[in-house]
Amino acid sequence: MDADIALTVDGERCAVTVDTRTTLLDALRERLGVTQPKKGCDHGQCGSCTVLLDGRRHLTCLALAVAHDGAEIVTAGGLASPDGDLHPVQQAFLDHDGYQCGYCTPGQVCSAVGVLDELRAGHPSLVTDDLAAEDPDGDDEIRERMSGNLCRCGAYAGILAAVRQAGQQTTDREVRA
Amino acid sequence: MKELTYHRATDAAAAVALVADDPDARFLGGGTNLVDHLKLGVARPGTLVDVSRLPLDTVEELPGGGLRVGAAVRNSDLAAHPAVRRGFPAVARALLAGASGQIRHQATTAGNLLQRTRCVYFQDVTTACNKREPGTGCSALEGYGRYNAILGASEACVTTHPSDLAVALTALDAAVVVLGPDGERRVPMTELHRLPGHHPEHDTVLRHGDLITAVELPGSAVAPASTYAKARDRASYAFALVSVAAALDLDGDVVRDVRLAWGGVAHRPWRAYVAEEALRGAVLTEDSARAAASAELAAAVTTDQTAYKVAMVRNLTAHTLLRLAGGAR
Repeated sequence: MDADIALTVDGERCAVTVDTRTTLLDALRERLGVTQPKKGCDHGQCGSCTVLLDGRRHLTCLALAVAHDGAEIVTAGGLASPDGDLHPVQQAFLDHDGYQCGYCTPGQVCSAVGVLDELRAGHPSLVTDDLAAEDPDGDDEIRERMSGNLCRCGAYAGILAAVRQAGQQTTDREVRA
Repeated sequence: MKELTYHRATDAAAAVALVADDPDARFLGGGTNLVDHLKLGVARPGTLVDVSRLPLDTVEELPGGGLRVGAAVRNSDLAAHPAVRRGFPAVARALLAGASGQIRHQATTAGNLLQRTRCVYFQDVTTACNKREPGTGCSALEGYGRYNAILGASEACVTTHPSDLAVALTALDAAVVVLGPDGERRVPMTELHRLPGHHPEHDTVLRHGDLITAVELPGSAVAPASTYAKARDRASYAFALVSVAAALDLDGDVVRDVRLAWGGVAHRPWRAYVAEEALRGAVLTEDSARAAASAELAAAVTTDQTAYKVAMVRNLTAHTLLRLAGGAR
């Protein structure tokens, strides 16, 4: 069965007809030519297909496209400003050598943006000692929250430093604003 | 994957009728488990009725300190909800111990409870599995078995239920609200999931067309002093080897009341009534906690591959209770 759906991808509205069996990942990559989300394991285990979907980090390999008709999607390719300035997370990955082979990078970058939002919102994680804490912080928090994104190049140390830096920068920016 | 007809439900009763009238239809919630099963060929429905956008996505506080959690509330939202963090920490910790941040944004409350076993043979359609294909046999009996059950298993099936949330809800005496073709009813969490017996293909007591619309958590003296501990092969993002949900009400060092449930040991979340009874009225010490767990584990049946679970769940139970007694999570 085919279904007509509409997705907004990196600010651009796209209408596409998909077979109802199509995952969001395949709709993006194969139908719309949006190749930042990567097909790694295709079973929800590696995180390389992560995008920001309606403002939150989300896997696209375990989501049927038809079930997300109307969704707003931001991929790692849509994070930079229109004049080309990198997003603070992208710049921090560059500064700390977090990219390495790069296959998992678009998912890592999207996940990191989501992680920083979740930290700012005061959402707890498994390693948050006090569930009533309003400002979870620290490297253990970042490690735990990034654990759904696997990298076998061994870039974790750089990625940790990058997320820490980006978190500091965006906090500073909010304070200045 | 076979051809799929897709319906987006806008009304719970209509969704129930659609599925109840079609043996080949299934509900679709967040889809983190079902979509994977479609790809693997483990699930082969002809019709999906998407219930994820039904207005079942709120958390309401009930009189007496309880909570009513809509079936479509996302796992991340439930874990972050102030009333859950404050009043039912075992629920928040169980959710946060499950899956990854991305998956928790997608997975729903009801879907979490209805996720299916991660037994490698269940997920591999080239192997025999009584849960996937009744009557074909159980490959896990003689195969890779370190995740297998130690309590309540049968010759037909030795697998375990994978949900963390279900274990916490079982300890805290939650119930699910079910809308079926004949109307609404409540099923206690302790009765929702089945032991395998001769029919491991049925994970729960729900019938085809039954839709979980909410989870109800009663207020209690023990729920605010509750937690969830999970032992697994890596520090994060893995299923439990064993897990413990515990809630404790102490009078000095005497146990006034206690709730205990275990994950990773049985075909369903295992409410440890024997251990609870042994502890109630006793002085809580490492020895009394370990003895209580041992009393519950007297019924355990193990193999070379699962023997470790007995010691692991006993140790984790004692450790978790003593931490709770000390005021830590």
